Amino acid sequence: MTARYPMGLIETRDAIACGDRRARDVCDEALRAIETRDVELGAFLHVDAEGAGRDAERIDAVLARGERPGDLAGVPIAVKDVIVTRGLPTTCGSRILDGFIPPYDATVIARLRAAGAVLIGKTNCDEFAMGSSNENSAYRVARNPWDTTRVPGGSSGGSAVAVAANMCAASLGSDTGGSIRQPASLAGVVGLKPTYGRVSRYGLVAFASSLDQVGPFARAVRDVAELLTVIAGHDPLDSTSVDAPVPHYSHNLRTTLKGVRVGVPREYFVEGIDAEVERAVRGALGRLKDLGATIHDVSLPHTPYALGCYYLIATAEASSNLARYDGIRFGFRAARADGGALALREQYTATRERGFGDEVKRRIMLGTFALSSGYYDAYYLKAQKVRALIQRDFDAAFREVDVIATPTSPTAAWKLGAKVADPLQMYLADIYTVSCNLAGNCGVSVPCGFTSENLPIGLQILGPAFAEERILSVAHAYEQSEAWRTRVPPHPETA
Amino acid sequence: MASLARLELSADEVDRYREQLSQILDYVADLDAIDTSGVEPLSHAVPISAPMRDDSTRPSLPPDEALANAPARDETAFRVPPILAGE
Repeated sequence: MTARYPMGLIETRDAIACGDRRARDVCDEALRAIETRDVELGAFLHVDAEGAGRDAERIDAVLARGERPGDLAGVPIAVKDVIVTRGLPTTCGSRILDGFIPPYDATVIARLRAAGAVLIGKTNCDEFAMGSSNENSAYRVARNPWDTTRVPGGSSGGSAVAVAANMCAASLGSDTGGSIRQPASLAGVVGLKPTYGRVSRYGLVAFASSLDQVGPFARAVRDVAELLTVIAGHDPLDSTSVDAPVPHYSHNLRTTLKGVRVGVPREYFVEGIDAEVERAVRGALGRLKDLGATIHDVSLPHTPYALGCYYLIATAEASSNLARYDGIRFGFRAARADGGALALREQYTATRERGFGDEVKRRIMLGTFALSSGYYDAYYLKAQKVRALIQRDFDAAFREVDVIATPTSPTAAWKLGAKVADPLQMYLADIYTVSCNLAGNCGVSVPCGFTSENLPIGLQILGPAFAEERILSVAHAYEQSEAWRTRVPPHPETA
Repeated sequence: MASLARLELSADEVDRYREQLSQILDYVADLDAIDTSGVEPLSHAVPISAPMRDDSTRPSLPPDEALANAPARDETAFRVPPILAGE
């Protein structure tokens, strides 16, 4: 027996609320789907069958008493393993956090629980969210459900796969330079990076604090909007969260785009974009026009510098944030070969050398360099100035248009292993997504077609800060006008 | 650099990172081409203030929970190697 397809968030919530389905049955279906599919797909690092079952039964009991159980009551949701969960392992895909059980919940987790969501498990990701293919996970390989010889994208690869393969109704990821939008694109689902400050980062393990945001994945734009409504809002525990009103995002989605001005940045359609991706995105632009939007050529002149700027700032912040992993208070601690204790300095270096993987060490080195005396001005400070110019580019463009439409990723999913030996090639996969984080704007990726090899292609809709309603409306109108969402990846058990 | 970052790299890693990092630094050197004179560096995309909160007591983690993840502990303390020995 397999899960009903597709398991939508709102649909599932409503079916449970009106008594058509029991939360326990929905939860069991999700657990069975994980049991059947995840051996091959590798989306989960930890499945909390017991806790999820208990939470689902509690929802059923609340409903049986005739009480209102919350906006996500009974909905199975998976969470990227960089978000701390009280009592559930949180490894960030790293050996250095092997065995770490957080004593508290992230604010987004507390909000999910308060809304009645059933936390089904923690999803696979690149170590400390550093990567674009999920291949930097220290624990297991995550595979793309559309073609299991290919990567699912990253760093929130597991969260994208869990949704794409219908192992849960929705999931949370984190996006520092594209880590939600890019895997959403490669796995054929919808993924949103909220505006910096829209969602609390309290309990999100920090990679690059000025760029990180938590955001939702689902198979439909409306479901992403609903989940955003639950997790968004000011949090006194995160001083960078912004105290701005939270609209009910899923209630205000449009289906026509009359009067909407869509900008297409000429710098995004250059060398390096795959021909099939370009064709699909151009097709989507034509569809937006059919829906009433007007298409405008815009320029984001500093685009060619965004990736370099991003990798300097992100690694500088990471090298500082990851200084806390020293083997003293939690996680892995290195010991001598004979089991004896090391001297303090040796304990630090040995713990970090053995606990961190290749890409994390590479980024710590790059960030340490960019911040070091003598190089700080030339690298880190320079990058921050370029960041200001990138933000100005967007500010100028958004005076002329309402949203900007681009490809999410220059190519569809690539073969596992294809870019592992060449970090710079891997970084180039983020070329269309990093600017949004640098500028602090919001962006969403929505499926817009398939390659000749049946691999999903994503359309990215970018908006100014706090324009989530607007970009979700454009994505929703587009999604409703096409039938891409009716295609599902082949299932291992039916293949 | 590895020592600054408290990493103890193998000879093989040193060689590999040297090559990869110089490749990445060549790539980011393009930033030099941009005139940023008079541009204020942007550290956060939104203005960040340091909000004040009420000075009120809130529940905190009991010592047992705070120490539950310690690789080594001694009663209510983290156990660490001697700090003044060596170095």
